[in-house]
Amino acid sequence: MPSVAPARPSKGIASFFGPPLLITIAVVYLALVLFVPAIAVFYEAFHKGIGEFLKAVGSPAFQSAVGLSLLATGVSVPLNTIFGLCAAWVIARNQFPGRSLLISLLDLPFAISPVVVGLMLVLLYGENGVWFGPTISSWGLKLIFSPPGIILATIVVTLPFVAREVMPVLEDAGPAEEEAAKTLGAKDWQIFWRVTLPNIRWGLLYGVLLTNARALGEFGAVSVVSGSIVGKTQTLPLFVEEAYKNYETQAAFGAASILAILAVITLILKEILERRTAQRGGH
Amino acid sequence: MATNLELSARLAQAPQRKTPALWQRVSLPWTITVTYLLIMLVLPITALFGKALTVSPAEFWRIATSDIALSAYDVTFFTSLAAGLINGVMGTLVAWVLVRYKFPGRKIVDAAVDLPFALPTAVAGLVLATVYRETGWIGQFFAPFGIKIAFTRLGVLIAMIFISFPFIVRTLQPVLQEMEKEAEEASWSLGATQVQTFFKVILPPLIPAILTGVALGFSRAVGEYGSVILISSSIPFKDLIAPVLVFQRLEAYDYGGATVIGTVLLLISLAMLFVINALQQWGRRYA
Repeated sequence: MPSVAPARPSKGIASFFGPPLLITIAVVYLALVLFVPAIAVFYEAFHKGIGEFLKAVGSPAFQSAVGLSLLATGVSVPLNTIFGLCAAWVIARNQFPGRSLLISLLDLPFAISPVVVGLMLVLLYGENGVWFGPTISSWGLKLIFSPPGIILATIVVTLPFVAREVMPVLEDAGPAEEEAAKTLGAKDWQIFWRVTLPNIRWGLLYGVLLTNARALGEFGAVSVVSGSIVGKTQTLPLFVEEAYKNYETQAAFGAASILAILAVITLILKEILERRTAQRGGH
Repeated sequence: MATNLELSARLAQAPQRKTPALWQRVSLPWTITVTYLLIMLVLPITALFGKALTVSPAEFWRIATSDIALSAYDVTFFTSLAAGLINGVMGTLVAWVLVRYKFPGRKIVDAAVDLPFALPTAVAGLVLATVYRETGWIGQFFAPFGIKIAFTRLGVLIAMIFISFPFIVRTLQPVLQEMEKEAEEASWSLGATQVQTFFKVILPPLIPAILTGVALGFSRAVGEYGSVILISSSIPFKDLIAPVLVFQRLEAYDYGGATVIGTVLLLISLAMLFVINALQQWGRRYA
């Protein structure tokens, strides 16, 4: 048989309408689920004018919510970054029994419902809880229904991100450069700052970015441990819910729009970091 | 002889002198990792199981299978499954379109897929409830047909679709990118139709990734709280999900009830983790 050019059925109706039809379906679905809601946040926040928006975000309850959100994020991001670096190093650079168990344990906060995370902390530290609660309250301290509980809850739900992002980058980089530095007499800290860190920096930043976004937005776990006392133990997402429940739509959307702007910034930074890592892998 | 002994003594000492150095290098990250995990994860989980063990088995069973709990599982699991399956189909389509076709705005669409990961769930619930209520931008088109979305199970479904959407696209995209076009072209040149090519050549290698994505999305949807609490009415036997039930029990200071249902949810999450791990290993074997 003489060779025939591959008869790609490109002249058929299916192929003519195929790509445009599929693209249309995809875009319509994304519009219904993602784009229309995303635009609606800003429309609802600003359609009555910037004055109403400023009034909504000027309230003391709103500002204390911002403060607590920043505190919880400010504590949990550095702690989880240090832990994430250590855990990633332990897992990527060592072979030991129980290694895959450790990886599964690390993934748990992604799998468990945030409400169950909150429940665990209430049982562990709450006054009516089973464990440390009575001891802690006998010291005159209060963890649950107060800011420390919110910080703890935020730490637990955002725990895996840095470790998860750094682990594959560390594995890719391999131990060779670190070993070379060691042979040349570098100290452990020097190796970390001059060899390891430059190799993993984009992965690390990516993990920090994800931790930060989740810490600012966490709702379920924080909601359980907060008791939501207005002006005292409210984070921004809790403020959104409280305002919405009290029919203060303007205040709810004011706070929501700020969180949505942060989400958009997160996506842009994520895109930039992804491009950096792709370039690194490219050459 | 003496020199031999000295030498062997020195040899025996040499590794000993090295061991502390190595151990010092190892110890700090190890100590931090293990201590942190014990305090932040193992201790809280133990507290939950510890509390669950104080509930007698008969009582545990009674609470875990009470009518209200059963209906909450029903809403949670079937809605999560529906969300996972809808996203399984639509996410595959979106991933395909993003990988295979070039069209204006493709990069923006691609970046926007991650929006549910970046947007706080409370914001998602707030805006979905606003858009999908009877007078909302999208809800108004369904209202004339008597279809209410917000504050019903359909609303819960929309919220779960929203938060689980990126999983399937992001799991599938790399697999699609690596897939070679040669197999498809071979299939066409052998005279297969597009439908045959899709179901017999393109789809089979994608199935592990699709199932992994669906399982990840399902697992996320089962635990979801923030967006659902805002878009549902949380009425028992109607649209109350299991995590909200845990929350309501805690609010009523019914720690036992909250613990039992929380434990059931935790065990299901652990089971899903195993399923996802197995699916990922299956996918790796395929690749």
